[in-house]
Amino acid sequence: MIATTLRRGLVYVLLSIAAFISVFPFLWMMIGATNTSAEIIRGKVSFGSALIANATTFFTQVDAVRIFWNSGVIAVVATVLTLAISSLAGYGFEMFRSRLRERIFALLLLLLSIPFAAMMVPLFVMFSQAKLVNTFAAVILPTIASIFIIFYFRQATKAFPSELRDAAKIDGLKEWQIFLFVYLPVMRSTYAAATIIVFMSNWNNYLWPLIVLQTAENKTITLILSALTSAYTPDYGMILFGTVLATLPTLVIFFLLQRRFVEGMLGAVK
Amino acid sequence: MAQTRLDRRERINGWLFIAPALVLLGLFMVYPIVWSLWMSFQVGKGMNLSFGGFANIMRLTQDTVFQRALTNTFTFFIVQVPIMIVLALLFAVALNDATLKFRGLFRTAIFLPCVTSLIAYSTVFKSMFASDGVINQALMALHIISGPIAWFGDPFWAKIAIIIAITWRWTGYNMIFYLAALQNIDRSIYEAARIDGVPAWARFRYLTIPMLKPVILFTTVISTIGTLQLFDEVYNFTAGTGGPADSTLTLSLYIYNLTFKFMPSFGYSATVSWVIVLVVAILSFLQFLVARDRRRKP
Repeated sequence: MIATTLRRGLVYVLLSIAAFISVFPFLWMMIGATNTSAEIIRGKVSFGSALIANATTFFTQVDAVRIFWNSGVIAVVATVLTLAISSLAGYGFEMFRSRLRERIFALLLLLLSIPFAAMMVPLFVMFSQAKLVNTFAAVILPTIASIFIIFYFRQATKAFPSELRDAAKIDGLKEWQIFLFVYLPVMRSTYAAATIIVFMSNWNNYLWPLIVLQTAENKTITLILSALTSAYTPDYGMILFGTVLATLPTLVIFFLLQRRFVEGMLGAVK
Repeated sequence: MAQTRLDRRERINGWLFIAPALVLLGLFMVYPIVWSLWMSFQVGKGMNLSFGGFANIMRLTQDTVFQRALTNTFTFFIVQVPIMIVLALLFAVALNDATLKFRGLFRTAIFLPCVTSLIAYSTVFKSMFASDGVINQALMALHIISGPIAWFGDPFWAKIAIIIAITWRWTGYNMIFYLAALQNIDRSIYEAARIDGVPAWARFRYLTIPMLKPVILFTTVISTIGTLQLFDEVYNFTAGTGGPADSTLTLSLYIYNLTFKFMPSFGYSATVSWVIVLVVAILSFLQFLVARDRRRKP
């Protein structure tokens, strides 16, 4: 009995430490946004009075409206297109089976393990030949057919009741109408979860935008943050203020849709 | 007659639904992959490429920077992935206990790092790793170290800093996969084992681990691919240098430098990128083998 209580206590202590370590950098980021750079690298862990100064520096050095607009447009357009294209494909692979299409699907899963580095150079050459370097199209186009999201939708479609499709067919609905008016509304929580995953990965995308977005007015917030951090003596107060701004959208989405998010992640494995 | 028309429509629909995705994947994935394989046998500067046979592969064997990048990447993989997988498993098993209080709170907290962008969190960590910074002060207050560590002035500690950062970012992510799998396990198996007097560690070793094997394999493969592509954190921590003295230079960062920073040599950087593909393929294959072998044993 005592051993059980002890073990229990140990579990709570370890989980509390893990939870603290996981959350601390978020606190640190918010505290840092109110301190001067000198205070931050001295490790000051209490709120300071430099918030206004940090905000002012950030907004004078960074064209924030423009940069967040860039990040937002890229993330929203990419998310809508990814969901449309990938859910169509996931539905198609699951509903219409043929040996050839199963082979293609297996091939796609194999492609999933090829790292981005292996296509980066030719992709860049392709986009520079098409004179699309430094455009949002170049950032978005390679991301919209996502094998992971196609796989996710195919898995989720297995739970879609086939009677619904049969009934709709008897009612004379065409396949695209079934997809649009029956499948889409029924699967809305799958779409919600996928929206979060895709939005976050696009909002946070770094390497490919770093390669194709070259002029300052087209850059996204992740690129700007990284550029500010690379300075010889980075102004951490201002940078952490920017980091809070950049993390806020995904943090808000996460807390609003937390249950959906975890369910969505879980759904992807089941 | 009606039947065959229906069949044909089904067949056409089957292709129509997947066509947009296949066209995009073909154009922006398959074509670049094939091209880069071809490119990896070409030599020259910029786009003035000519077939060089095995010249690039010979260059790999003499390129000490490449060999350092390969060693570094491998070090990150061999140290970081096991630590993270074990931590994630332990957290998942602890959180799977329905009688545990504050489960939701713990789960949310440990998962929270996943919502940050790689750049945002590495920026935050860079400021925490400053030589008089909060991490050194905490470690000194706990008497773990006697003087401050120069995290990014020392080749050894720079690697450790990156490993700590990646582990922070991805442990919760892996934990969610294990939690999902654990929830699918029939609880009565555990009940039966407990009634039979099987101790907790044995239940973990002989029930949990074997049943989670497919998920562990999946997350290990995913983490292997992720670690071998390591770029954002290192680039951000070291302002793109992979320093000090190339001690944190990864393969992806080297490819980036070869392509966009030095005199562009597309052919050779493609060769280096295929080294990553090859290593991922070999490691995934080994991981599959290990998972299969263990399943046969009991």
